[in-house]
Amino acid sequence: MATVTSNEAPGSPRRARRWLTGFRERETWVAYAFILPWAFGFLALTLGPMIASFYFSLTDYGVQQIAGFESTSYIGAENYSNLLDDPRISLALKNTFTFTVMMVPGTMIVALALAMILLRVGRSGDFFRTIFYLPQITPPVAAAILLLLLFNGQVGAINRGLDLIGIQGPFWLTDPSWIKPSLVILSVWSVGGTMVIYLAALRGVPQQLYEAAAMDGASPFRRFRNITLPMISPALFFTFIVLTIAGLQAFTEAYVAFFGAGQTGAEAPDAALFYAVYLFRQAFEFFEMGYASAMAWLLFAIIMVVTIVNVVVSRRFVFYQGAQK
Amino acid sequence: MSAGAPSQLGPAGTGAGSVPLPQVVRTARWRRPKLGHFKRAIFIAVLLALTLLFVYPFLWLVSASFKPQGDVFDNRLIPREWVWNYDRVFEIAPVARWLFNTIWIASLGALLVTLSSALVAFAFAYFRFPGKNFLFALVLGTMMLPGAVTMIPTYLIWNELGLVNTQYPLWVPNLFGSAFYIFLLRQFFLGIPRDLFEAARIDGDNYFSMFWRMALPLAKPALIVTFIFEIQAKWFDLLSPLIYLRDQALFTLPLGLKTILDSFGAGGGGEGEYHIIIAATVILAAPMIIIFAVFQRAFLEGIATQGRKG
Repeated sequence: MATVTSNEAPGSPRRARRWLTGFRERETWVAYAFILPWAFGFLALTLGPMIASFYFSLTDYGVQQIAGFESTSYIGAENYSNLLDDPRISLALKNTFTFTVMMVPGTMIVALALAMILLRVGRSGDFFRTIFYLPQITPPVAAAILLLLLFNGQVGAINRGLDLIGIQGPFWLTDPSWIKPSLVILSVWSVGGTMVIYLAALRGVPQQLYEAAAMDGASPFRRFRNITLPMISPALFFTFIVLTIAGLQAFTEAYVAFFGAGQTGAEAPDAALFYAVYLFRQAFEFFEMGYASAMAWLLFAIIMVVTIVNVVVSRRFVFYQGAQK
Repeated sequence: MSAGAPSQLGPAGTGAGSVPLPQVVRTARWRRPKLGHFKRAIFIAVLLALTLLFVYPFLWLVSASFKPQGDVFDNRLIPREWVWNYDRVFEIAPVARWLFNTIWIASLGALLVTLSSALVAFAFAYFRFPGKNFLFALVLGTMMLPGAVTMIPTYLIWNELGLVNTQYPLWVPNLFGSAFYIFLLRQFFLGIPRDLFEAARIDGDNYFSMFWRMALPLAKPALIVTFIFEIQAKWFDLLSPLIYLRDQALFTLPLGLKTILDSFGAGGGGEGEYHIIIAATVILAAPMIIIFAVFQRAFLEGIATQGRKG
């Protein structure tokens, strides 16, 4: 790390003095000039809006206030207590959690399986890797339309295919209990990014470990369990966090397929009401900005708690090569 | 992951590969275990079966885009009767306009975010200044923040500026760098020996031309990754156009396609003119596939670098 290296304890007077003399260096001011774009963006588009968002979450800011017909009034924690009473919120949270809980392990398992097979077929693996990556570069709106077309209960290719092997496919898009599984399948289909990360991680596992284990007569399963998994645990952990955060914010596929003018011809199904979809509708369809801000903070809190729990729990399972601990 | 496989990344490689980082633990390169022909054949067969699963939806889509309305769901890969639906798509909606808008916003946004992120990333990689670690922690911290938290006030700011229903909100934020790209590019700059920059300074360059003449050309592989990732992000984005754009003439393709879906799908009344929707979907998806075909290395290695940041 090219930082100011010093052996002094933080907070020591010598260190503080050196820190201050930093401001006399021309380099310091040049550096500040270089990060100015980010600093402006951070203040204007992140920190400022965060503070504003928190303020709005304590007000009744809505369509009347945007139009200037009524003034904004401070209503304290009312939005937050309304969150607890809103049955749609608990529904949306339940939907989102269910989706995430199915999608994250599903993606990780499929990605790891694909990566391990690809690694074993040598050069031709590159061709298949490209193929498996294709869904990842499919725009989500296009993917959602594919879902509508292929998972259609009556005429969709999926159910036609299942017919061939004698299975009566469910009504994926209209049966509430099959809507989330179909969205999960769509998500797992774009497994390519996770797979590429695992592929890189698997290539980094020192070969000597496998040779030593083979000499000790370890079975393939034990080699997988005791060498592969620990050695790629940083990559597993990273994708776990990223997928979880993405799952909790899932929006586009569910919104495109089930909301808007309504592709199924009926009212949008409750089973597809993800938290981010509900938040979007509150904010930009009903213009309940105050309420939607409170929803956003609840989502932030949930993501923070989930991520912190993941980090703490992962300390026991993630193994960093070359790290002291 | 500190133990990448440096030898995997050639001169055109990205990430920390081209110039080895000091802290990289060098390990023996992964070697393929020797498989019997039989086992190998089984693996290839499994992969071919899976390939069908991954490719079939695209084949289905392209072939259906050439079918007449009634045949869309006949599930034949070769249309019974060929129909050119694409000119209809361009007639029923300003699709050409949307395509142009998307290309324009994606390229402009990608160019701006690449340059601004590189500038900021270079500062964090090269300079020593008070508050550096704290500020960099802030950069990383913003990656954790869900977009939903800032979405509403940001909209209100643009509304206040009178710029809702213009395309500015879609690309102006790219002027200010983006946390993930700053992180990615900083890692890359850290991998370039300081001496190279110092040498440029001795040659009498000022700091900015050192960045412009030395750092940027050296970082070209990482800049390409950043550029392409942002093109993809813009090409995928539905939410921002949905929030900010009202006039159809301003739409980008994802929002345009959603509009087509809503008015031509079964929900829009009538049978559902799926041949139109399908052709429009191909128009949205195909350019990304072409970009991917050309810049495959950058895509795949950029993704793989992400996993190494742990």
